[in-house]
Amino acid sequence: MTTTTGPHPTRRLILQGAASVALIGLGNLPFAAGPARAAANDKYPEEAFKQKSEADAIKALYGKTAEPSDKVKLDAPEIAENGGVVPVSVTTTLDKVTSISFFVAENPFALAASYKIPDGTIPGVANRLKMAKTTNVVAIVEADGKLFSATKEVKVTVGGCGG
Amino acid sequence: MAIRRRDFLKSAGLAAASVALPRLARGADTASIYDIERFGNARILHITDTHAQLNPVYFREPSVNIGIGEMAGRPPHLVGRAFLDRFGIRPDSADAYAFTCFEFEKSAGRFGKLGGFAHLKTLIDRLRGDAGEKHSLLVDGGDLWQGTGLANVMQGRDMVEVANLLGIEAMTGHWEFTYGEQALRDNLERFKGEFLAQNVFLTEEAAFNDALAFDKATGRVFKPSTIRELGGRRVAIIGQAFPYVPIAHPKRFTPDWTFGIREEELQKHVDALRGTDKVDAVILLSHNGMDVDLKLASRVTGIDVILGGHTHDAVPQPIPVKNPSGTTLVTNAGSNGKFLAVLDLALDKGKVSDIHYHLLPVYSELLKPDPAMAELIGRLRAPRVTDWSEKIATPDRLLYRRGNFTGPIDELICAALRTELDAEIALSPGFRWGVTALSGQALTMEDVLAETAITYPETYVQEMTGAEIKDVLEDICDNLFNADPYYQQGGDMVRAGGLSYTCAPEAVIGSRISELKLNDGKALSASHRYKVAGWASVNGQQGAPVWDVVAKYLRSGRMMPERLGSGVTLKGVEGNPGIAGQG
Repeated sequence: MTTTTGPHPTRRLILQGAASVALIGLGNLPFAAGPARAAANDKYPEEAFKQKSEADAIKALYGKTAEPSDKVKLDAPEIAENGGVVPVSVTTTLDKVTSISFFVAENPFALAASYKIPDGTIPGVANRLKMAKTTNVVAIVEADGKLFSATKEVKVTVGGCGG
Repeated sequence: MAIRRRDFLKSAGLAAASVALPRLARGADTASIYDIERFGNARILHITDTHAQLNPVYFREPSVNIGIGEMAGRPPHLVGRAFLDRFGIRPDSADAYAFTCFEFEKSAGRFGKLGGFAHLKTLIDRLRGDAGEKHSLLVDGGDLWQGTGLANVMQGRDMVEVANLLGIEAMTGHWEFTYGEQALRDNLERFKGEFLAQNVFLTEEAAFNDALAFDKATGRVFKPSTIRELGGRRVAIIGQAFPYVPIAHPKRFTPDWTFGIREEELQKHVDALRGTDKVDAVILLSHNGMDVDLKLASRVTGIDVILGGHTHDAVPQPIPVKNPSGTTLVTNAGSNGKFLAVLDLALDKGKVSDIHYHLLPVYSELLKPDPAMAELIGRLRAPRVTDWSEKIATPDRLLYRRGNFTGPIDELICAALRTELDAEIALSPGFRWGVTALSGQALTMEDVLAETAITYPETYVQEMTGAEIKDVLEDICDNLFNADPYYQQGGDMVRAGGLSYTCAPEAVIGSRISELKLNDGKALSASHRYKVAGWASVNGQQGAPVWDVVAKYLRSGRMMPERLGSGVTLKGVEGNPGIAGQG
């Protein structure tokens, strides 16, 4: 599948684009467990998905730390309309992107999803997150071997009483 | 009722509601407060949050409206004397009565009720006549269709007829959405103006299922903006609906639609209006609430004026906000038909060179009701008014709702819930609509409905642990006092009956609420289960509508409880000018 969305793909088109990248979080379940460190590794990063804290999950997945960057654009609602399906998306102007990952800081397991971005693919990913409570959503873009992040707090509220 | 000419004359020397020069000297006719100096080549009239109040009302402005963080001590978070001082309003004036809670009961007798659509119609027609043909526009910021028993049973159809006669040309929405998509669309079929909302989109699922949308490419459900020629210039009006409809209200009313502030989409739209459509001015007709609008104005560029609503703040002067490419003026025009905002613009090619803004109180005793509108209101009310006119109680105190933590109306509702549903604790939503009743004024069913008429009025009783109750209070308190306005939903704190607590608004979520106690002074136990009654749940409930519960309580001869159980002690906000007394 190819995407011809131009420099500003709409979210729906990004979604179509997302189907063209490998979703590591689903499928490819490994029969033989092994150390899954680098995202470049084709194996399912089982250890990373088992980590409770965001820092440990990033370390297990990438083995290094990320620096905040305004070149990573994380789109997420300020207040979730439904904590069970929170739409988030990431786009970036960084070059040589090889992976994009989502973390939910205070979910029981912080790593929510990790995508490999094949060479030549528009680095844009959208998916939904299940969030236990109000917390930071962190997006990490791996580009040219380095990690860059964007963070946004998403509030999950009992609702009511507006207005 | 006789016009209290003397009282109004006293206030006539005052030019509270203008950023321009003081109003011209006035003659003997008190209605000359509505003679506005001619200015510019375009006039936009703005009403918002009228909450379907067809007839004039009493409405007491809040005595507690706390701003925290950057908002502390800044409009709109000023009450009472601090508000009067900030805007140079004389304490004994009619404007002090209209804009603040200062000596409300005393002034209510002097200056009477405000608002009413027949009175608004007279004032609007006059101001549009002054501006001349093709030089004026009338817009409504939403919450037009909800707030009375009549609007509720008619699902807002009454207000569409009123809006058409009034001449509303563009509007956006909030409570309008709580009638559900079908009723909303039926009403919009009849509405002669345009319904604008740049920030309502189809959900991905609805888009996939080919749901109805204004623009399938973007997924926008409604037209985002309209361009009108005014004074020979092109003015864009963008609609911004309440961003948190599916969170603040049951999601079942708008299952296919997703909202949000949508800053980025808004910026793109403003840029397109300026770059492609070459408009001369951009106005945002917003139901964000004032704190959200102030933040938005600092980030989104290219908007000349935000005509704001939702938070019901009557702010006499626009607040200028700097952003990377200029300055945006932010207004908020009060509620319940009490005010008419007049935005006079001097438009040049590609820019607004100057503006004058007036937020005019609609003193019903100074305005002759428009006969056609009075006739329409009478006709709309006639089928219901008899049923609802029976006097069911005469309270011995002033009843109002507006305030961050509580109001006597809600104390009454909580007392009714606890008594009729046999619960230890009652929770009642902190709505900002609901009119004021003077002490000794007989209450009718119509009055009870004006405090309670929503499309999800069912009461409930459930068991909650002390810890769960605290969590709910913390969650709602954060919607009010989060330091970042984008995380605020508007509305006030949930009202608690049978329960007192201490609140530290400047703390963070989880640590604002402490010292929870039942009425008997016992501390709330985190693990004990309590019987809690409430209404307006975002989850479906089966109990009797709250208005019937309240009416039953009042008919039984019970009134306000002597010792109120909804005492909230504030901590850490001493000296905040958003506090003029408990409420």
